[in-house]
Amino acid sequence: MRIAFTRHSVIPGFGLTVGYTMVYLSLIVLLPLSALFLKTASASWEHIGETISDPRVVASFRLSLGASLVAAIINAVFGLGVAWTLVRYSFPGKRVIDAIVDLPFALPTAVSGIALTTIYAPTGWIGQWLEPLGIKAAFSPLGVTIALTFIGLPFVVRTLQPALEDLDPAVEEAAASLGAGRWQTFRHVIMPAVFPALLTGFALAFARALGEYGSVVFIAGNMPMKTEIVPLLILVKLEQYDYTGATTIAAVMLILSFFLLLLINGIQWWSARHHRSEG
Amino acid sequence: MGGTAKSRLAGRRPLMPVSATGDPAWVRWLIGIVSLSFLGLFLVVPLVAVFTEALRKGLGAYLESFQNRDALAAIKLTLAVAAIAVPLNVVFGLAASWAIAKFDFRGKSLLTTLIDLPFAVSPVISGVIYVLLFGLQGWFGPWLAAHDIQIIFAIPGIVLATVFVTFPFVARELIPLMQEQGTEEEEAALVLGASGWQTFRRVTLPNVRWGLLYGVILCNARAMGEFGAVSVVSGHLRGQTNTMPLHVEILYNEYNFVAAFAVASLLALLALVTLIVKAMVEWQTQRQSLETLTPLVPIHQEAA
Repeated sequence: MRIAFTRHSVIPGFGLTVGYTMVYLSLIVLLPLSALFLKTASASWEHIGETISDPRVVASFRLSLGASLVAAIINAVFGLGVAWTLVRYSFPGKRVIDAIVDLPFALPTAVSGIALTTIYAPTGWIGQWLEPLGIKAAFSPLGVTIALTFIGLPFVVRTLQPALEDLDPAVEEAAASLGAGRWQTFRHVIMPAVFPALLTGFALAFARALGEYGSVVFIAGNMPMKTEIVPLLILVKLEQYDYTGATTIAAVMLILSFFLLLLINGIQWWSARHHRSEG
Repeated sequence: MGGTAKSRLAGRRPLMPVSATGDPAWVRWLIGIVSLSFLGLFLVVPLVAVFTEALRKGLGAYLESFQNRDALAAIKLTLAVAAIAVPLNVVFGLAASWAIAKFDFRGKSLLTTLIDLPFAVSPVISGVIYVLLFGLQGWFGPWLAAHDIQIIFAIPGIVLATVFVTFPFVARELIPLMQEQGTEEEEAALVLGASGWQTFRRVTLPNVRWGLLYGVILCNARAMGEFGAVSVVSGHLRGQTNTMPLHVEILYNEYNFVAAFAVASLLALLALVTLIVKAMVEWQTQRQSLETLTPLVPIHQEAA
């Protein structure tokens, strides 16, 4: 393979660093991931079809996709509010609150899992108020959604913040001076400018929620057909030594995740190009 | 200086009409209160709950949880796994960012995307792929068994899974930073006779130190806190292959809530330290970028 330089460089270490990067990447990431696809490909089509159409598998995909979607929508709405508050308003303790947004990134998922379960259990701080209303939070799809909302929030806020900061106040002033109301300015000037970032954050939160395990397994209750998420089902199949079943579901999940990654890159590429052609 | 600017603005404010880019007061209050309540409900309440539950039976019971042999073994294992995984990914991150930021070559953007790949993989799948390779029924399983080497349900498996999930952290912090800084300073050092290693140590490394620290902190937090991937490859043997998050799970499932939350509170403290260091690093880089805006000539030269 020939590696083409666009210009000659005096900086040393190209061969060493590129070589090391490729070898390490292949050993740790690419080889193990390809093992998953090879294992799935070695199964017969009937077996793959059987696995995917199994009602328990279908139910878990419905729950994972549905709860992740609802959580990502909640995060898109409230994340926009949080990002707006942090960028536009000043209030005491802002730096602390800004730092705390990253908590779901930093807090180990098992810790978030047991904390959320304790809070939303029928005897918990919030659960005891929901119970008389007939709302079962923990050990139900609602609990799954709550955990996935927790885990996805920073993705929306952190992608929106720079986009909101980059907005040129002059554009809003122009809109106002041309007679636009504040809501009109938001809808027709601010929203179009930050929409790609909002969509990216939404997709990132959705992708993370889809694969999330630790914060969900405690609060979910893990009843087959009802509150069993896809990552847990993969683990269950593995523990039953149903390797083909586990890898087939995992491969479907991976393809979904890669598709989302592609979509996110697509949005960013599109918005960068759009941005350039405007400016 | 800041004071005069502020008072000048304050003095002018009454003369100015309502700002065209500001929201009406009731909108500000509404958005602010709703957003902050959402944060409080979803982020602050769980964090407070961890410490409240850990201290439910008093400080004595809390501290007693750490006297337990299995808890201590879990803490030790977690520290050991992070001590292997983090340096491995730091070396990789430095190599990858050097290659990607300082050189142009075909396939560069593909390589950058591939480095981010582990972030797109569910933690459970990150564990499963190693079971497929090294498990008893995996590709290398029979060979490993014949040579009496155990990777899955043992510590090497835990290390591998941890390396996988923390793989991109350092690289993805360093690549954009090094790209932004370009190659001019390194070229100058090399032209002046520094060796490649000297250039890296004395020029590149100091330039990226805050980004590197940030990457290490995030990598470490995830390495110590990883649950899903480690849960798949660990045999859940108490006192042997249980990391702290796995030990939390076992205690919680045994209804030993105080002990579970006590171990969890250590992990929560780690998370808080991570957030504080992150905020400090961000503040540092902000200050640095402000400094680079003003004097192009180094101060000591100006004085001379």
